[in-house]
Parts: sequence; C-alpha cells; structure tokens
Amino acid sequence: MLDSKVPAGPLAEKWSKHKFNLKLVNPANKRKYTIIVVGTGLAGSSAAASLAELGYNVKAFCYQDSPRRAHSIAAQGGINAAKNYQNDGDSVYRLFYDTIKGGDYRAREANVYRLAEVSVNIIDQCVAQGVPFAREYGGLLDNRSFGGAQVSRTFYARGQTGQQLLLGAYSALNRQINKGKIEMFNRHEMLDLVTIDGHARGIITRNMVTGAIESHEGHAVLLCTGGYGNVFFLSTNAMGCNVTAAWRAHKRGAFFANPCYTQIHPTCIPVTGDHQSKLTLMSESLRNDGRVWVPKTVELAQKLRKGEIKISDIKEEDRDYYLERKYPSFGNLVPRDVASRNAKEVVDEGRGVGASGIAVFLDFEDAIKRLGEDTVRAKYGNLFDMYYQITDENPYKQPMRIYPAVHYTMGGLWVDYNLMTSVPGLYALGECNFSDHGANRLGASALMQGLADGYFVIPYTVGDYLAGLGFDPVDKNHPNFEKTRKEVEENVHRLLSLKGSKTVDDIHKKLGHIMWEYCGMARNEVGLTKAKGLIQELRREFWSDVTVLGENEEMNQSLEKAGRVADFLELGELMVDDALNRRESCGGHFREESQTEEGEAKRDDENFRYVAAWEYQGENQPEVLHKEALEFENVKLTQRSYK
Amino acid sequence: MSGNMNLTLKVWRQKNDKTRGKFVTYQANGISQDMSFLEMLDVVNEDLVRKGEDPIHFDHDCREGICGMCSLHINGRPHGPKQGTTTCQLHMRSFHDGQTIVIEPWRASAFPVIKDLAVDRTAFDRIQQAGGYVNVNTGGVPDANTIPIPKVVADEAFESATCIGCGACVAACKNASAMLFVSAKISQYALMPQGQTERYSRAQAMVAQMDAEGFGSCTNTGACEAECPVGIKLTNIARMNREYLNAKIFKEEEAH
Ligand SMILES: Cc1cc2nc3c(=O)[nH]c(=O)nc-3n(C[C@H](O)[C@H](O)[C@H](O)COP(=O)(O)OP(=O)(O)OC[C@H]3O[C@@H](n4cnc5c(N)ncnc54)[C@H](O)[C@@H]3O)c2cc1C
Ligand code: SF4
Ligand code: FES
Repeated sequence: MLDSKVPAGPLAEKWSKHKFNLKLVNPANKRKYTIIVVGTGLAGSSAAASLAELGYNVKAFCYQDSPRRAHSIAAQGGINAAKNYQNDGDSVYRLFYDTIKGGDYRAREANVYRLAEVSVNIIDQCVAQGVPFAREYGGLLDNRSFGGAQVSRTFYARGQTGQQLLLGAYSALNRQINKGKIEMFNRHEMLDLVTIDGHARGIITRNMVTGAIESHEGHAVLLCTGGYGNVFFLSTNAMGCNVTAAWRAHKRGAFFANPCYTQIHPTCIPVTGDHQSKLTLMSESLRNDGRVWVPKTVELAQKLRKGEIKISDIKEEDRDYYLERKYPSFGNLVPRDVASRNAKEVVDEGRGVGASGIAVFLDFEDAIKRLGEDTVRAKYGNLFDMYYQITDENPYKQPMRIYPAVHYTMGGLWVDYNLMTSVPGLYALGECNFSDHGANRLGASALMQGLADGYFVIPYTVGDYLAGLGFDPVDKNHPNFEKTRKEVEENVHRLLSLKGSKTVDDIHKKLGHIMWEYCGMARNEVGLTKAKGLIQELRREFWSDVTVLGENEEMNQSLEKAGRVADFLELGELMVDDALNRRESCGGHFREESQTEEGEAKRDDENFRYVAAWEYQGENQPEVLHKEALEFENVKLTQRSYK
Repeated sequence: MSGNMNLTLKVWRQKNDKTRGKFVTYQANGISQDMSFLEMLDVVNEDLVRKGEDPIHFDHDCREGICGMCSLHINGRPHGPKQGTTTCQLHMRSFHDGQTIVIEPWRASAFPVIKDLAVDRTAFDRIQQAGGYVNVNTGGVPDANTIPIPKVVADEAFESATCIGCGACVAACKNASAMLFVSAKISQYALMPQGQTERYSRAQAMVAQMDAEGFGSCTNTGACEAECPVGIKLTNIARMNREYLNAKIFKEEEAH
C-alpha cells in the first residue's frame, strides 16, 4: 500500500497543522538550493515565481519560444474559488464536496479540501498582480455558474481566463528573472530525469535550436508539464502537449496513477476530415442556453446528411432533445462525461448530423427567441465568431454541430499530500499529477488546481524536503549525469537513424484511432484487449518503419515529434492496462460491463475504491500495480444521479 | 461545401541564422477549403517527409489563436489576408484555386530567423522582464474585493491585456517598431489601480529595453493596429507616450 502522507486530524485543520509541522529552511540558507521547474503553465510559472521570491535559485524550462505560451493560455471558461461573494451559499466545504462528488469519489479527501481552502487566496493573488477579471458595474468581481454548479463561484475574464491568469503568473516569473533569481530556458525540452541514490537531482534537456543535449542539476525537480491528451492525436490540447517529461520520470521510478482517467468534453467542433490536426473546444457555458438534439429517426437523419432535407424541415416533434428527455432535472447541464456518452450513443444509433454523421446539434433558436439575438451575442459572441470562422456556418441562423473530444487527463504522476512523487525530490504539479480531480474534473477546476499547487502548496512542502538535505551543492560530476545524458543522446540518434516509409504523424494518427475506438468514451474487456495488441504492433511498426529526417544539431521538428510519439506509444498501452484493470465505471471511465439498468456509470466501491499507481519494470515488461486505498471520512459515497 | 484547390506556394527556406535563405516553390494539391492554413502546410510537410525532404519549419502550438506562437507573413501581410485572425485560425476558404501564396517569416532585425519561418522573439520576453509586472510577492495580499474597479476601467485594461505577443505589429511596421506590443502592457497596468505605484518606472524600464533590443521608432503609420489579430488599439501607444513623458517629470517621487 502506498503512503499518501495525509496528516491526521479533522479535515478542516489538516493543512494548517501540516504547515506547522513542516520543516523550514532558514531564509539565509535558501539561496544554497537550486530548484528545477519544468513547465511554465499556471502550475510551473506560479511555482517558479513563488520559490524564487522565497530566495531559492530556480531554473525554469519550457518547450515553446516563450513561457507565456504554455497551454494554460488557452483555457476559456474560468476559475473556481469558494469566495462566496455572491452570498449564494458557497463555502470551502461546498466546493470540496462538489469536487469530490464530481470526481465520482475517486480523489483524496484531504487534497481536495486543501484545494478548496486555498482557492480563495488564488483570486486575491491574481487581482494583486493586476489580472483584469470581469467586474460588475459596482466595481466588484463578477462570478458565473459553470458546468451545472448550483452556486456562482467561477471568476472569469471574458472567454480568456487562462490567458489572463497565465499572463499574471508570467509577470511574476519575469520579475524574478529580472532579479536574477530565475534562469529561464525557452525552447528546451526535458528528455530525462537524473537520479542519484534514488533521489531526483537533475534533468537532461535538448536545446531545440542548437540540438545541444545538456544536464542541469538541482536539489529538487518539479514537473509542471501538463496533460497527455494528445495520446489520442486529436484533442483540444495544443499541438506540442506531450507526456515525455512525465513518462521519462515514470521510467526512472515515478509511479503513474490512474492513466485511464481521461475527460472527453462534450462541446467541441466536430472533425471535418483526415487533414484535421486538432479539435477546438466550444466553451461549456454554451450549454446554459443551447439545446442539444438529433433527429428522432435514423431515416430523417440520413436524409438530412444527404442534403435531401434541410434542418428547418424537421418538425419540432421529430426532434429528440435527448438530454432533456432522459435527465429532466439537469437537462442540457448534465456533467461532461454524461453529455459526451449520450452524444456517442445517438451517433452510434445512426442519428448523427453533419456530412460525416458524427455530430449532434446545439441549438440556440429558442434562446434567441427568448433573449433576443443581442443578448445571445453579448454572452457568447466570441464563441459564435470562432465557430463561424472554423466551420463557415452561422450559428445565429442554424444550430451548431458539436461532438465530444479529448480534453483533459485526470491521471498523471502519483504524488503524496506534499505533491512529491514516488521518487524523493521529484514533484508533480498541475495537470501533470493525478491528485485532485478523481475520475472526472469539474469545469473551472484545473486552473484553480494549477495555481493552488504552484502558489500555495509547493512553497511549503518543498522546504520540508530540502531542510533534510544539508547544504552541499549537487555533484554535477556524478557519473549518473553523464550516463543519463549519453542514454538520451543514444535515443536521439536511434530516432534519427529511422528511415522507413511512414511519417511520425501516420503512426500518431493510428494510435489516436486505437485509443479513441477502444479506450475512449466507452470501454470493454474485448476492445481493450484488442487495443493492447494493436498498440504493441504499432510500436514495432514505429521502430521499424517510421522516418525521421534531419540532424540533431539544428531545429528539427521531425525529431521532436518522433520522440513524443515514441513515448505516447508506451503510455497508450499503460492506459489500456489501467482501463482493463478497473472493471468498474467511474467518472470519465465507462466500462460497458459496469452500468446501471438505465445505462449509467456504475461504480464498484467495494473493489475499486483505490488509486491505481503503476510502477515501470523495464521495456516490454508488465508494470506492477500499487494501490492507495481511498478513505472517505467526511462524505458519504453515493451513486451519482442526474435524472 | 468544400471544393478542393491546387495552389502554388513560394516558401522562405533558411537553414539557420548563419546561412542565407531563399524562396522555394512547392505545389499544394487537393487542398480542402475546410483546412486551416497550418493544416495545409501539414499536408505539404507530410509529402516532403515522404520524399525524404526536410519539412518546412514554422512555429505554432495552440492553433486556437491565443498562444501567439504562430507567425507567418502571407502574401505580404502578417497572419495573412483576413482581418483580426491569427495564421492558425486562417482557413483555406480565404484563398482560391490556382492561387500563388508567398510565405515568409517575420522580417525584423530584432527577430532573427532560427530556421525557415521560425524566428526568435525573445526580445519581447526581455522587454516584459524589464518591468511588465506589479511588484507583489505570493501571499500577504489584500482581499480581491478590497479595491473596487469601475467596470469600464477593468474592461479597458482587459482589452489591452489581450495582446498575444505574436509580433505581427513589428512585422507589419516599416520601422519594425514594437510600440503596440509594449504599450499594451504598459496600458494595462496604467489603468489598473494595482499598477499605479510603479507606473512611471515601469514605462521607462520597458521603453529602455525596447530600444536596446533594436526595434525601430514609431512614425504613426497605424500598420500595426491594422494587422494586430486581436485588435490592440493605437490609443495604447498614445497612453504609453504619456506615461513615458510623465515618467521624466515624476520619476523622483517614486520610491524604488
Ligand atoms: C481548450 C482548453 C480550455 C480549457 N478551459 C479551462 C477552463 O476554463 N477552466 C479550467 O479550470 N481549466 C480549463 N482547461 C484545463 C486547463 O487549462 C489545464 O488543465 C491547465 O491549464 C494545465 O496547466 P499546467 O500548468 O498543468 O500545464 P500547461 O499549461 O499545459 O503547461 C505545460 C508546460 O510544460 C512545458 N513542457 C511540457 N513538456 C515539456 C518538456 N518535455 N520539456 C520542457 N517543457 C515541457 C510546456 O512548455 C508548458 O510550459 C482547459 C483546457 C483546454 C485544452
Ligand atoms: S499588439 Fe497585436 S500584433 Fe502586436 S504582439 Fe500584441 S497581439 Fe500581436
Ligand atoms: S498557434 Fe497559437 S495563436 Fe496560432
């Protein structure tokens, strides 16, 4: 059994007590330590800046040309915080409760409570940095309700909340760069972790402009490298999002937890063809006013797809508003996993719309009638424009076509309460870890978690580890640095020697198809077993028949891609193993064998109330499963119901 | 819906900053109007890779118009022919069958070419590092609702804060001036109460760094505003000039 290091005591006092019990590093001694922060999204930038402010030396890394471009920048909807500014009954406890329940009781109580507790500090911090949140006419901060939440606790900056929060964290990062406390490495990709006597002591990076493969030493390493949704090829993630840093750390001993928990977001613009490189999210807020429907019969749907009839020819009684029909109390606002699965179901029945038939309608006709076009424009204008831009269809005149797409990964590196992985000195923050969202993440909670980890958790917990180390600098001449660097170099040259007939994207797309088909919205034993074989085969195909061009000593995007896809090909199999192992449905993980009579996800608390943390055993070896039992002392486990 | 097009591309290819670049012509056939511009380049690149030729390198990441990583001068215009769009959000229906498309990197001495169409924009980061922040540490800040900010002020600051740092303004300007970019940040803080305490030293430090990076001066042609994909307004530049002037007058009043 894994030790989560959750402190004893009542839930609401755990974090305060823990902070008191953590060892401190004397202010004068902090400058004797160097901390490596990989990633400059919300988690990484906030951590790097806060640690540098405390006096630590920080080295920060990102693969983009600037830290400001981390994928957090793309978050649209907002960030939750239990401020209760609206006097509508919110509280730290309610945010905690909603998050635990939303995660389908597969997250750690103590972590989630701490998240809710520090959420209020995040908003204060961001405002102090000059983040221009939306405000009411009286000058105070505005809130909205998000993703079906019963209270309005979401802070936002138009449809660009992630951008504004990240630019805030980036400004704090810049301030410390200017002071010389942070050394920033843009266009550097972490390719391995260096451990000495089992402790994380550095990383190996590739300079993406010159190809130089370099070692960097530090007393602790923080991975803030985001999620791995791009294992599906198509997702709402940025093109460069990858699992490489986390995966290489996994291969050096960091356990990977719940890899099969992925979130499929119900409202994305559907795929138009094979050329598609990514999918675009249409914010969840659209479901507040849009109505989801498909034609009642397969015949009608077919006619519509062939263009024999128009949308307006379909009479009201021939439209199936299936979410409203099946879930009268939540209607179109059911949680993401439920909305996504239902869309898949109607499409599988042959009732999908659009040329491909792989889409459902999100219709604003009633909203426009009820509120007027101007009001709808004021609320959703930028989203409607984006939709128009991409599809060339005017959503004011005809319903949007939407379909679910991979969006977020709840799984990630296993961490204890201190955010330390199973490798001492190695931490994981933000989407890169598994800790706070259980089997399903609620809207507007990822931004909250990234900033909670970076601003308010790691500055305390990392000190406790460092205080136990002594002041010696890390020995950069230790043979493990050169050994690991050589291994990375060999791997790079192995990739560059591949001169087959397939492109890296060919293989990546195939992997995406396998994952989507068998490890996507619905999973079963037969399909997963098949997927495992297919992935192994595809991995062989990659290493025998892919082509990687160019040399190492230059900017080489073929090489970058190849390295990332090689890691996805390994991760994919672990995701399938994890999904096979978890013979229950929970949150985003729907095992067809485990459903209620009405076809809803059915948990098996008796057998699966645990975190599955996998330990790497070497190439092509089955990984070893470690379990962390989840104890619920404060909430009662219930079957989620949105009827 | 989607007729397929055949296009001729003239693409700037340059191995690195030490070698000279040149235009190379490629054929892009069977391009769907539903593709984004970068997806069209993906198709060309897949073909090149299959033929064993080095793919065209260009910067991109989010492909949603928000990260500011994509660039590209397309037929003489930064981010291409469509107003208010980044290259990644530009779709092929903005082009027609048989068209020739010229694709170049941003041209500015402060943005040296790294390879092909990818340039080095770290000068922007260094300008931000010089003063683009409020001097607050994590923790110990007042409650978020302590200072009310009139909605119009917050909204205006937000408009300035939406700059994605792409560099199109510099690429559009015949002087390669970075004024629009720098003024957007200075304006955000000049408008927000949180930015008041250091507004003058900030303006001075950022402008000094901008000059040190070798960006040109502003002659008010307005090309930057016209090409900015997110609509950053020239009024920001006017505000920045005011801040900068005031900085000279009021500097001594500020404690550093
Ligand atoms: C379209 C979209 C909309 C969203 N909207 C919302 C929302 O409204 N509310 C919400 O709460 N959440 C939202 N999310 C989720 C949320 O944005 C992310 O979960 C969160 O921002 C992740 O932050 P992060 O700091 O963990 O990682 P990221 O922001 O992804 O940053 C990862 C960093 O790691 C670096 N990196 C990665 N690999 C390497 C490597 N090998 N070497 C060096 N550097 C590396 C990258 O350069 C980057 O700096 C949205 C997500 C998407 C995709
Ligand atoms: S001002 Fe506009 S064009 Fe210039 S960097 Fe910002 S977003 Fe790009
Ligand atoms: S790729 Fe992010 S703005 Fe174009």
